[in-house]
Amino acid sequence: MQEPYPSVKNILLLDSEGKRVAVKYYADDWPTQAAKLAFEKSVFTKTQKTNARTEAEIAMFDGYIVVYKFIQDLHFFVTGGDNENELILATVLQGFFDAVGLILRNNVDKRTALENLDLILLCLDEIIDGGIILETEASVIAGKTTSDSLDGMSSLSEQTISQALATAREHLARSLLK
Amino acid sequence: MAQPLVKKDDDQEDEEYSPFLGIEKGAVLQEARVFNDPQLDARRCSQVITKLLYLLNQGETFTKVEATEVFFAVTKLFQSKDTGLRRMVYLMIKEISPSADEVIIVTSSLMKDMNSKTDMYRANAIRVLCRITDGTLLTQIERYLKQAIVDKNPVVASAALVSGIHLLQTNPEIVKRWTNEVQEAIQSRAALVQFHALALLHQIRQSDRLAVSKLVTSLTKGSVRSPLAQCLLIRYTSQVIRDSSMNSQTGERPLSDYLEACLRHKADMVIVEAARAITEFSGVTSRELTPAITVLQLFLSSSKPVLRFAAVRTLNKVAMTHPLAVTNCNIDMESLISDQNRSIATLAITTLLKTGNESSVDRLMKQISNFMSDIADEFKIVVVDAIRSLCLKFPLKHRSLMNFLSNILREEGGFEYKKAIIDSIVILIRDIPEAKETGLFQLCEFIEDCEFTYLSTQVLHFLGNEGPKTSDPSKYIRYIYNRVILENATVRAAAVSTLAKFGSIVESLKPRIFVLLRRCLFDSDDEVRDRATLYLNTLGWDGSVGEIDKGVKEFLFGALDVPLVNLEASLRSYEPSEEPFDLSAVPKEVKSQPLTEKKAPSKKPPSFGVSANGPTSPIDAYEKLLSSIPEFSSFGQLFKSSAPVELTEAETEYAVNVVKHIFSGHIVFQYNCTNTIPEQLLENVVVIVDASDAEEFAEVTSKPLKTLPYDSPGQTFVAFKKPDGLPSTGRFSNLLKFIVKEVDPATGEAEEEGVEDEYQLEDLEVVAADYMLRVSVLNFKNAWESMGPDYERIDEYGLGVRESLAEAVTAVINILGMQPCEGTDVVPNNARSHTCLLSGVFIGNVKVLVRLSFGIDGPKQVAMKLAVRSEDEAISDAIHEIVANDEAISDAIHEIVANG
Repeated sequence: MQEPYPSVKNILLLDSEGKRVAVKYYADDWPTQAAKLAFEKSVFTKTQKTNARTEAEIAMFDGYIVVYKFIQDLHFFVTGGDNENELILATVLQGFFDAVGLILRNNVDKRTALENLDLILLCLDEIIDGGIILETEASVIAGKTTSDSLDGMSSLSEQTISQALATAREHLARSLLK
Repeated sequence: MAQPLVKKDDDQEDEEYSPFLGIEKGAVLQEARVFNDPQLDARRCSQVITKLLYLLNQGETFTKVEATEVFFAVTKLFQSKDTGLRRMVYLMIKEISPSADEVIIVTSSLMKDMNSKTDMYRANAIRVLCRITDGTLLTQIERYLKQAIVDKNPVVASAALVSGIHLLQTNPEIVKRWTNEVQEAIQSRAALVQFHALALLHQIRQSDRLAVSKLVTSLTKGSVRSPLAQCLLIRYTSQVIRDSSMNSQTGERPLSDYLEACLRHKADMVIVEAARAITEFSGVTSRELTPAITVLQLFLSSSKPVLRFAAVRTLNKVAMTHPLAVTNCNIDMESLISDQNRSIATLAITTLLKTGNESSVDRLMKQISNFMSDIADEFKIVVVDAIRSLCLKFPLKHRSLMNFLSNILREEGGFEYKKAIIDSIVILIRDIPEAKETGLFQLCEFIEDCEFTYLSTQVLHFLGNEGPKTSDPSKYIRYIYNRVILENATVRAAAVSTLAKFGSIVESLKPRIFVLLRRCLFDSDDEVRDRATLYLNTLGWDGSVGEIDKGVKEFLFGALDVPLVNLEASLRSYEPSEEPFDLSAVPKEVKSQPLTEKKAPSKKPPSFGVSANGPTSPIDAYEKLLSSIPEFSSFGQLFKSSAPVELTEAETEYAVNVVKHIFSGHIVFQYNCTNTIPEQLLENVVVIVDASDAEEFAEVTSKPLKTLPYDSPGQTFVAFKKPDGLPSTGRFSNLLKFIVKEVDPATGEAEEEGVEDEYQLEDLEVVAADYMLRVSVLNFKNAWESMGPDYERIDEYGLGVRESLAEAVTAVINILGMQPCEGTDVVPNNARSHTCLLSGVFIGNVKVLVRLSFGIDGPKQVAMKLAVRSEDEAISDAIHEIVANDEAISDAIHEIVANG
C-alpha cells in the first residue's frame, strides 16, 4: 500500500569516506544514533563502487529505495520507502544536488560544503519538512536559502543571487558545449 | 558564511582540513555566551549556531541542562534584526525541540514573526511554531494559520499547508476546520501550493469515500499543474477505483481514462505513477495493461538508471501475475542483464525467468551463469527463488536447472544463500520425481564439503527419508558414513539417525548398517553413542526382533505431532513424580500463526498479521483455571477452548466476551466480564442462558461471580451437558443479571443497598468448527497417502457468487475450523483455481484431512470439490454435513454430484 503522499525518509550528504557532512532524518525507522550510522555505512559501502557522477543512480536494499549522485568528494543520498515513486525521490535528489551547486557557486567539494555548512543546513530545511516535499526547484531552494541575507553578511556578499545564478547557468552551458 | 570559521592561512596543504577541526562541545557551549551580549554580533552568533548544529548533526547530544541553556540563550537572539541570523535561530529551535514549558518563552516572538511583513519570517515562523506547539496554543494561532493558507505568497501558503498535514496527526479536529481555506488553496496558481493543499485536503477527508471520489472526479477534469500534484491525484484516483470496484460488477472502471491519459504526460514521474497504478488494478485485463506496458518498455532503454529501474521493477511485478503481457519486453530485458546497476540486472533476470518460455531456458541459464559471480548474496537468493519457480513450471527442463543449482552450490556463498539453494533442490526433488536421483546426489556432494552444521543435518534428515526409496540406496551410505568420521557431534548424530532409517527400510543393507552403527558405539560424544545404541536395539541387531514392527517405523519416520512450543510448556510444568510424562497429554492446538512455507521471495516480514500470541498458550491457562473449579472436575480432559467471542458492542457499560470450553460430554461457557463504570460495584453477577434453541444441551451448573468492581475483569461460568463425543450445535441467548451498588467516587466505598438489574447480551452459537482442533501435519502428501482412501468422501458443491476466490477459501476454512497446511490458505492474485489442504483433529481424537479444490468462473461463480479422509467413516460424513448445513454458505450450496 502506498503512502498517501510521497515522503522522504532521510537525506544524507556524506564525504568520500562515508563520514557525515550533513544528514537529516525524517522517519523513525532508525531510532538510535547507532542505527542511523549503521544505515549510512551500509548505504555508503553498497554504493561506493558505482559511478553516479553523470546520472543519478538507484539501489534497493533492506526495503528502502536510495537514489544517489556523487560529485568530487561528496556523496548525495535520498532515501524513500520501497513503494515510493523512484522518480519523485530522484527529483528531490536533483533539487538538493543542484541547489548545493548554486549555493557553493559550483565549487562543490567537502571543504567548501563544510565552510558553508549553515547554508547547506538551510537548504535541507527548504527542501523537506518532516518528510514532506517542500520544494524541488534548485533555483528556488538556493534563492530561499540566500536571498534574505543580502545585507553584506551572506556568503554571497560580493555577488547578488541573480549574479550567482547567472554564473551558474553560464557554467552549465559551457559544460554542455564541451 | 563567506569567512571560514577558522582562519585559513596555510592554504590547501593539509588534506584533512576542516573548519570544524578540533571542535569540542564544552568550548562551543562557552562560546554560546555571546548570545547574551547586549551588543549582538550577528555574524559571530551565526557562526556559533552553525557550530552547535554541526555538533548535533555529527550525533553529539546535549544534556537536558545544556539544551535548556542553549535554548534560552538562543531566544535572546530574536532581538537582532539580522535576517540571516534569524534563519539560523529558527533552525536551532527546531533542532532542540524545546519542552512544553520552554515553548512559551518563544511563542510571542514567533507569533510576532508570523504577522511580519517579511514573507520569509512568516513562512518560517509558522513552520517552527507548528513544529514545537501543542494543541492548546494551536487555538490561539489558528486564525493566523487560516489566513496563511490563502496567503498570496506561495512560500507562506505552503508552510501553513505542510504544517497542517503534520498537525492533522495530533489535532485533527482543529485542522478539519480549515477545509474552506484549503479548498481555495487547491485553486492556487503556484504549483507546489496546489500539491500541498491537495495532500492536506485528502488527508482531512480520507475516511469519507464519497468526498474523496468527488474531489478526484472534479480535479481529473480540471488542470492540475505540478507533476507532484498529478502523482497525488493518480494515487487518489486508483484508491477511488479500488473502492468502487468492490461495489460494481461491470467491466468498465471509472476514471481509468484519466490514468491512461497520464501515460502521455511530459513528466516521467507522472508516467511511472500512472503506469504503476494501472498495473496494480485488481483483476487487470490485458487491454488495460497494454498501454502501460508500452511506455514502460520505452523506459527500459533510457539512459537514466532511475528510469530503467522504475520500469523494470514495475514489469517484474506484472510478470508475477501476467507473464504473457510482459513477453514483448523480453529483448529489451535481456540487454539489461549486463546493466551496470546490479539492482536493475537482478530485476531483469528474475522477470525473464518468469516470462521465459521453455525454449529460451538454456540460453537464459548461460547468461545468468556469467552474471552470478559478481552480484551480492541477497540478489543471488532472488535469482535462486526465481529458478525454482521456473523449474516447477517447466519440469522437462529440470536437468539444466538442477545443474545450475548444483554449480552455484559449489561456489562461495553465505548461509542464507546456501540455504535458499538447498531448500530449492529439496522442493524440486519432492515435486519432480525424475529429478530425484540427481538431486539427492548433488546434496550428497554438497555435504562432503559443507561448513554449515544446520544445512548438513537438514540434508542428512532428507536423505534418510528419500534415499531408501531410490533404486540403489547403497550408494548413499558412503556419503553418510563419511559424516560420522569427519564431522562435529551434531552432524554425526544426524548421520547415525539417517543410517538407521536406511537399515529399517532396506532389508538387504541391514547387516552392513549394523557394522557401521556398532562402530559409532565408540564415538566420543554421548548423543551419538546413545543414538547408535538405541537404533541397534530397535532394529534388532542381535536377532531378537525378526520383523521390524510398525512402531519402530513410526518412531523413526513419524514426525512429532505436537507443536514444539506446547511441548516445551508442558515439560516446564511437569513435576517429577511416579507418573511418567505423557506425550499424548500435550495440547495439539496450534496457537500462534503457523509458519507458511516460503514460496515467494519476500523482502521483509509483513508488518501485520502476526498475532500477538506469546509463547505460553492460553489453553494451558484455561486448563488450570477450569481444573481449579470443583464443579467441572468430573468433565474429564479439556478438548478445546475457543477464541473469545464478544457479546457486547465496544464501549458499552459492561463488556462481556465468552470462551467456549469443549469437553467430551460437556461444554462450559466462560463469560469474561468487565465493569466500565467507575461509580458502580456489581455483585452476584450471573449469566442466564436460554438454551431453547439448543435442544441437545442441558444446563447442569453455573458459577456466579461474587463481586465485579470497576475495571477489574472477572469470570462467571455456565456448564451444559451434551451427548458424549458428538458435535452438537445450537444457539444460546444470554442475559446478564446482577445487583448494582453505587460507589462514592471520593471514598471508593460502596453503598449498603443495591438494586437488581439486568443487561441483554448478544446470542452465542456453538458450531461444528468448535469441535475441530487446528492441528497441522508436517507433510500433507505423506499424511494423506498413509490415511488411505478407505473412509474417503468426495463431493462437489456450488458456492454461488462470491466476492473473490480468496474470500471463498477463507470462508470455508473458517467454517471447518481446520489448520491450513503448507501455506495453501494463501490464494495467489487473479488465480482461477486453487487447492487448499487442511488438517485437524475432530472431537473423539479423530484425525481429519481435507483437500479442497476451488474453481471460479467469469461471473464469480465459485465451485468447490471437497475430499475428506479420516479415521472414521461417520466423521468423514460429518465434515460434509458441516459444509452442506452451514448457514453462511448454504443458501448458495446445492450439491452437484453425489458420489459419496
